[in-house]
Amino acid sequence: MIFLGLPLYSVIHGAFTTDGGVLTFQNFSTTFSSAADMSAFKNSLLIGLWTALLGAGLGTWLAAAVLAGNPGGLVQRVVSSASGVLAYFAGVPLAFAWIATLGSTGVATVLLQHIGINLYSGGFTIASLTGLALAYTYFQIPLMVILITPALEGLRPQWEEAAQSLGASKLSYMRHVAIPVLTPAFVGATLILFGNAFSAYATALALTGGTIAIVPTQINEALNGNVIANQDRVGLALGVEMIVVVAFVMIGYWMVQSRARRWLQ
Amino acid sequence: MSATGGNLGLAARGLGAIEPAPDRKKRRASRRRRPRLWRVTIFVLAAIYFIGPQLAAFKFSLVLSSGKYGLGNYGQIVQNSALRDALFTSLEISAITAVVVVVLVLPTVVWIRLRAPKLTLLLEGITILPIVIPPVVLAAGLEQLEGHSPQWLVSLVFNHALTGLTPFYVILALPFSYRAIDTGVRAIDLRTLVDASRSLGSSSFSTLTRVILPNVQTAVLGAVFLTVALCLGEVVIANILLYVTFPVEIIQVGQETGPGVQVAVSILSLLFVFGLLFALSFLAGRKRGATSTRLI
Repeated sequence: MIFLGLPLYSVIHGAFTTDGGVLTFQNFSTTFSSAADMSAFKNSLLIGLWTALLGAGLGTWLAAAVLAGNPGGLVQRVVSSASGVLAYFAGVPLAFAWIATLGSTGVATVLLQHIGINLYSGGFTIASLTGLALAYTYFQIPLMVILITPALEGLRPQWEEAAQSLGASKLSYMRHVAIPVLTPAFVGATLILFGNAFSAYATALALTGGTIAIVPTQINEALNGNVIANQDRVGLALGVEMIVVVAFVMIGYWMVQSRARRWLQ
Repeated sequence: MSATGGNLGLAARGLGAIEPAPDRKKRRASRRRRPRLWRVTIFVLAAIYFIGPQLAAFKFSLVLSSGKYGLGNYGQIVQNSALRDALFTSLEISAITAVVVVVLVLPTVVWIRLRAPKLTLLLEGITILPIVIPPVVLAAGLEQLEGHSPQWLVSLVFNHALTGLTPFYVILALPFSYRAIDTGVRAIDLRTLVDASRSLGSSSFSTLTRVILPNVQTAVLGAVFLTVALCLGEVVIANILLYVTFPVEIIQVGQETGPGVQVAVSILSLLFVFGLLFALSFLAGRKRGATSTRLI
């Protein structure tokens, strides 16, 4: 807690003071009036939202498909190991796999050119927001598989049998039992996915070399003074704004989590 | 010595364990073994989306800077001394972090399960924090701290990647390890084990190392592998604080050698970590039947 708290305190303290140590809100108003910072925020929120929804949907589907299979089978082993790798480790290596696939000389790009589709003349680049979202989804789906699998395992077969013996069809079991029970866990996991994409930077750093306008890039640039010198504290203010967003996500998560516990586990 | 501990553990588990799960799963499996359209669809989609880029990356890594095909890029990895040094730095950090994490987490999990089960919810909430707290913000804070620290602290802690990064990687790895070990501890009959061990006169320490540890070794191994994966993969903090670790060097190596080598290292490192976790899933499966293949 100390190691986590101390850096956070120093960010918050730095953001609210001037170089002389006087309390100020100047740093925050600078970020709010900067068009670049605001569009970075918009991009980060968008990418978090889209990849969270996409990852949550596909991840739940994949997890359900895996669970319906042979427990302890090869498919289950491969998917769970691969999920661990991609969700926790893969930031940088993943970015290079995508560059090799859809970069300007990437394999898929060249293949598509052979059949007459030129991605890059259509305005696509791997360093764009779409390219980044594509790469983020690559670790969002596995993270969703990891987060939602315990909830799916908590669905008791007895419930389905009970519903069937009361005359429910498969569809009405899903509608009246499975989906209501799973919703809180699903929403919670989606919120985590959002937070994960919102705060991720490793993939973006490797994929675009730190040129794409998302909030972590702006912080990095402000700290390193690439654009304008002495922007340290503006970077810290951006950091505090990120923490505020993440805090809302966490509050939401805690609220749905206590609901999720009512039936599952 | 540890063998007796293990046997005691097994015996105690045999006495106290009521496990409905395997039966339930077997039934579910036999009922649903037929492949269905919705399952096949997602598997095909997932295969294309997840394996496609890896195949593309592999083909890309075979193209040499001269334009010919060959394994030259893989050869260059071994010869590149900067990359090797960075890898050793990262492995050192990983090893120390992994040991510290296990020493911290295992007793905590056991203590909470036995004495303070009400704290479980709180701790699970806390374990989510490092996933969502932006690493870039953490790095910014560290940079500030470094700037305001007295000189002796800078030269003691921040001047070397090993001392500068390890404490923070421990923090980042704690939650994942907590989840992994907690899953393992939940699967054993902890109270019976501890009571049995106490009644035979062992201290808390030897209960922990000789009875509990052998019973949850797969989960502990899982935590260790996840920690290693995390330490080998973390780039944002290391990059901002200007330490040259393995992933930082992967990014930098491209500027001298071209993207082929970068992609080759990426594939190898992915395969390495995948191999670790995949091997672990077999270990877990052998120990406890099909119930606890899920590690994470």
